[in-house]
Amino acid sequence: MSDVSDVPDAPKVEPPVVTPVRVVIALCLIAPFVAMLWVGSYAKTDPAFIGIPFFYWYQMLWVLVSTALTVTAYQLWQRDQRARASQGGGAAK
Amino acid sequence: MKDGVNGVALGVFIFFFLAVTVMGFLAARWRRAADEQSLDEWGLGGRSFGTWVTWFLLGGDLYTAYTFVAVPAAIYAAGAAGFFAVPYTILVYPLIFTFLPRLWSVSHKHGYVTTSDFVRGRFGSKGLSLAVAVTGILATMPYIALQLVGIQAVLDVMGVGGGENTNWFVKDLPLLIAFGVLAAYTYSSGLRAPALIAFVKDTLIYIVIAVAIIYIPIKLGGFDEIFKAASDKYTAAGAGGLVPAQAGQWTYATLALGSALALFMYPHSITATLSSRSREVIRRNTTILPLYSLMLGLLALLGFMAIAAGVKVTNGQLAIPQLFENMFPDWFAGVAFAAIGIGALVPAAIMSIAAANLFTRNIYKDFIRPDATPQQETRVSKLVSLLVKVGALVFVLTMDKTVAINFQLLGGIWILQTFPALVGGLFTRWFHRWALLGGWAVGMLYGTIAAYGVASPTQKHFGGSSKEIPGIGEIGYLGLTAFVLNVVVSVVLTFALRAFNAPDGVDETSPQDYTADAGDPGVETELPPATADSTH
Repeated sequence: MSDVSDVPDAPKVEPPVVTPVRVVIALCLIAPFVAMLWVGSYAKTDPAFIGIPFFYWYQMLWVLVSTALTVTAYQLWQRDQRARASQGGGAAK
Repeated sequence: MKDGVNGVALGVFIFFFLAVTVMGFLAARWRRAADEQSLDEWGLGGRSFGTWVTWFLLGGDLYTAYTFVAVPAAIYAAGAAGFFAVPYTILVYPLIFTFLPRLWSVSHKHGYVTTSDFVRGRFGSKGLSLAVAVTGILATMPYIALQLVGIQAVLDVMGVGGGENTNWFVKDLPLLIAFGVLAAYTYSSGLRAPALIAFVKDTLIYIVIAVAIIYIPIKLGGFDEIFKAASDKYTAAGAGGLVPAQAGQWTYATLALGSALALFMYPHSITATLSSRSREVIRRNTTILPLYSLMLGLLALLGFMAIAAGVKVTNGQLAIPQLFENMFPDWFAGVAFAAIGIGALVPAAIMSIAAANLFTRNIYKDFIRPDATPQQETRVSKLVSLLVKVGALVFVLTMDKTVAINFQLLGGIWILQTFPALVGGLFTRWFHRWALLGGWAVGMLYGTIAAYGVASPTQKHFGGSSKEIPGIGEIGYLGLTAFVLNVVVSVVLTFALRAFNAPDGVDETSPQDYTADAGDPGVETELPPATADSTH
């Protein structure tokens, strides 16, 4: 993940670089790319929503979904950093 | 188009314009710091903006007047293909969540004002830094020009653009006034002016979109009717459609991805980012900025509404202003026009500041006056911000509008070529500085030649931004193709240069710099003077 290269200087008690939480964070950030770049999965008009073809409302829905995913990633990341800070005596950030 | 001047709309427009002008000049006193002569103050607002100011500033910066006019215009003309702007802005946020906080930290620690500052510090290469700076300036100039095109569209529809029989001076006078005012308050207030005006701009835009998306469909008989009318039009014209055809899907995806990668390479995006107070402000912003994407999606739908409302314009960029004029009462049309007009001022101000910072820091200071004091830097930056705007104005007034649009298209392709040096540099020092320079050159060259070779029904060259991807055979965004080529060349050359033991530049950053936050040792709110970091 993004901040992998931060870790090398940290004290030896540092937990491993790749943890389940970080994998989840990565998935949250990658999911929008898979969904949006796979255009074939949503290039259709039906089902329509209040008259708006699927193609349009689906992508606008993904604005909300990707926001929720980024918020999740943000909160998990903060928790991860706090946990590491308390373990590493505040040295790692 | 109605004949004559729409007096009520014009009155409302002028009212808002005067209001933001006053704000622009008063902004100089907003959160003023002791050391107002430094580039950090004028060019980055003292690096003091919190979550909400940054949100308005970035939103006001990225979603420009041209966006408001061009995205629905693309839908109006071609249908689904123009909607790529929505997945594009969806993809931007996970990307910046990953790399911008690192850029913020390292810039804060070393007093970097521009991306080129970082590249020079990281790779110890003035050549690479110059390449990034020149690319940034070249890509920004036509973008500023397009903001003027946005204002022109609004003025035209209000009837103050003048007909064919008015002389050029009367015709261009409103634009000249708007730009003179913009230049004056940017000069005196720096980044604080657009930051303050962005509040007005975005509030107006949100109100206009909220009203438009409810009021217009009711008047037109609902979305069913709107999309039916649009579908009929595309079928009759034999071009476009409500969903991208099989052949258009690669184009759609590559345009979304390429544009998303490019957006935060633009100097004006970085300027707005670096003006924020802390690293957390940026991450928090990636969770609230998507509200603008939603707005953009709704705005795009206005393109269909223009079709259903029977708006007939030869210049697609007038479609949305004309739709507002046809559908809204005069006074509210005035509000909508003000939203677009002010929407041009905010990004134009930030872009000119960003381009000026690049020139001052990475050309003037690195190559012309290495011993410039912070005061001299600020003075040069202020002057260059004026020159940049005058240049854009001359560009728009003397040349055909399509020239600005062509250059903007090229600018997007070019700016993407700085991605490997910047984002690559944020995560690894593995790339060799000369390899990055080589990759950049290849990407620029390929992108420019390929774009030159794209013909459209109306243009022989620069007719579009998509072309067959060599080796894949599908039609894709050629900026992304150039980017892939760029990365491949950078990797291959790095291996080669390492094999020959080519000397590395000096890296003045250390790994902890990339995660430092405000309050950490060395990243106090008291910054080192912008010039103290130089190792040259």
